[in-house]
Amino acid sequence: MQYVVITYLCLAILLYLLLGGADFGAGIMELFTSSKNRSAARQTMSHAIGPIWEANHMWLIIAVVILFVGFPRIYSVMSVYLHIPLLIMLMGIIARGTAFVFRHYDAVKDRMQQLYNRIFALSSAVTPFFLGVIAASVVAGTIDLQASDFLSAYVFSWLHWFSVAVGVFTVALCGYLASVYSIGEAHNEADKRYFIRKTRTMTVLAFAAGGLVFLAAEMEGIPLWQWIFGNVVGTAAVVLATISLGAMAYAVGRGWTVLPRLLAGFQVTMILLAIGYRHFPDFIVVQNGANLSLLKDQAPAATIDALGWALLLGSIFILPALYYLYYSFQHQAEEVAEAAH
Amino acid sequence: MDDFLAARSQMALSLGFHIIFSCIGMVMPFFMAVSHFQWLRSGDVAYKNLTKAWSKGVAIFFATGAVSGTVLSFELGLLWPKFMEHAGPIFGMPFSLEGTAFFIEAIALGFFLYGWGRFHPWFHWFTGVVVGISGLASGILVVAANAWMNSPAGFDFVNGQYLNIDPIRAMFNDAWLSQAIHMSLAAFAATGFAVAGVHALMILKRRNVQFHTRAFQIAALFAAVAAVLQPLSGDFSAKDVARRQPAKLAAMEAHFYTEKRASLVLGGLPDEQGKKVDYAIKIPGMLSFLAHGNFEQEVTGLDQIPVADQPPVLVPHVAFQLMVGLGMAMVALSILYFIAIWRKKRWLRSEWLLKLFVAATPAGFLAVEAGWTVTEVGRQPWIINGVMRTADAVTPMPGIAYSFYLFSAVYVSLSVVVIFLLYRQIKMVPELYDQPAQLAAA
Repeated sequence: MQYVVITYLCLAILLYLLLGGADFGAGIMELFTSSKNRSAARQTMSHAIGPIWEANHMWLIIAVVILFVGFPRIYSVMSVYLHIPLLIMLMGIIARGTAFVFRHYDAVKDRMQQLYNRIFALSSAVTPFFLGVIAASVVAGTIDLQASDFLSAYVFSWLHWFSVAVGVFTVALCGYLASVYSIGEAHNEADKRYFIRKTRTMTVLAFAAGGLVFLAAEMEGIPLWQWIFGNVVGTAAVVLATISLGAMAYAVGRGWTVLPRLLAGFQVTMILLAIGYRHFPDFIVVQNGANLSLLKDQAPAATIDALGWALLLGSIFILPALYYLYYSFQHQAEEVAEAAH
Repeated sequence: MDDFLAARSQMALSLGFHIIFSCIGMVMPFFMAVSHFQWLRSGDVAYKNLTKAWSKGVAIFFATGAVSGTVLSFELGLLWPKFMEHAGPIFGMPFSLEGTAFFIEAIALGFFLYGWGRFHPWFHWFTGVVVGISGLASGILVVAANAWMNSPAGFDFVNGQYLNIDPIRAMFNDAWLSQAIHMSLAAFAATGFAVAGVHALMILKRRNVQFHTRAFQIAALFAAVAAVLQPLSGDFSAKDVARRQPAKLAAMEAHFYTEKRASLVLGGLPDEQGKKVDYAIKIPGMLSFLAHGNFEQEVTGLDQIPVADQPPVLVPHVAFQLMVGLGMAMVALSILYFIAIWRKKRWLRSEWLLKLFVAATPAGFLAVEAGWTVTEVGRQPWIINGVMRTADAVTPMPGIAYSFYLFSAVYVSLSVVVIFLLYRQIKMVPELYDQPAQLAAA
């Protein structure tokens, strides 16, 4: 049963990055869109993600619940040593979640909308940035369980070049996911061309940010290169992701909409796989090497079994309903917009 | 402000905020479903408009409840890492099931909010009902987790170790049923009175009277039924607390000395140093009867509890009195409302009844907050009753006061924005929801 639980944990993290990431990206795109195009971009995204908005964020809850029920020591170490970035990420989640709904459901459309928009766009960048910072700090080996002073225990555990670079990279990935996603949601040729241009920019940005990650790892003495290219799976994942970029360029060029989404998802999955494979079963890499592992630091068997059954049972209800939700609202954004008012 | 106090204040603030938003998010879908049912059955467009108007409210409250709930799932660790490290595997079962319920609620809400005119009308209605049912289920599950803190079960605590964990037994601990019933009824009564009060005010102001009357009738009925059932569940809860947490009962009742034929203390200001209650009304034997069903039975007082394990008295006592007082006032109003429905139809159109409902708008939520204060403060100094002290669970990170200030600022501004949004929803009723011509087209 422990592997069922671990699989669900990985799946929840991955899906949060893909689906939650795509709508973080929606806000990020607003931030990087000229005011001329902003309202079109906003509307397209708002209609596309409205119905699935709340569901996308459940993956984070699922991941957190799995962590604190199944891997309480990992959850508690993260909570203590990464308190500050977690707190900022939470602020981002509050601001985003509410601003999005407020702008949609405010009965009066006036200047308040600008405020909601600004909060939404800013927090859309802040939240994934700190998500990246947290993810990087978990594997960077910068958490020092013996630290006694404030700075080394609660600040330098997460504040370093590597985490900052991964934060930027996460933001770029979200923007990339959103721009690819929105190609298929465009209502006319002009919008479509616009989103394709955005996708190109975001690809370049993501690449540059990826380079920064390697550079920062070098500066911090983190053997990232070795982690990824020191084994077949990591190398293969990165090679496949790179090849799929070619396929992406082709598919986008031909005006296809579904394949690019799948490819973008595939690329992000491969990036996670490359880093996750090397570290499994370790989850938190700490300074003196007493890493916290998904196999070693888990809850007693009775809990893991109950959790596994709860997850399996839950998916029987959730997955078909979720599939039907995505299916029902696919490509009908315009109708949706009309019906919602 | 020291870190421990800051952590407790932040938790209290976050839960105090979340509890209101999640109660409304959990109960309003039922109002919405009733009104939706009326529209489908009768074809009366006013009900359709009411359903749509309420669904906007549900969306706003669901979103706020969902983010504040997400925040709580992190705050448990950010503020109480030691507690979560040990308790997580034991009381985590309801949380993992709640994840499912919450997920289903979010999916159903997506269908409902964006599904107008896209699905079979009854399927669409059904998705709204699912929102309500799964919301109620997640509320009950979260309360089951809290009940475990009051009545820890499903493990053996041996030499500081948590052994033989049984998550299912932990979930169905002794306190869960009474707490779940009490909280669910409280949610219905509180939301019912709050919603009914707002619509009553609009009727008094003669704005869109037909629209608001329909809304008022649905909300008031839910509120009245829940309010008259609540004392029964309160009695069940009190007996439960007397058996499991005598210290909490003693604090609630400001019952300092163990005695037979114990008096029920109504009102008053407890003097914790002098171990007496000033200005109170005492009913001899009544506490023995309410706690144990027998006027002569001995009721444990705080003198039987070691000083280090005694909860504060003033806060739980005052909060308890407030909760019971408000509860009784709501029962009285509900009875008046039932009389109005059955025997005195003309009361329904009278201003005084509506004014009473307007006055009762905040009553339910004040009672919810008070009741929650009773259960949480009354459990102190324990975070897991009799097993782990709150002070031992707090995070080692210093500077929590700043985080508390930050959260206070965020929650205050969110509350302001939500009230502002609801005000604008109501202001727009004439244009959006009460124009027959526009509706016929929709």
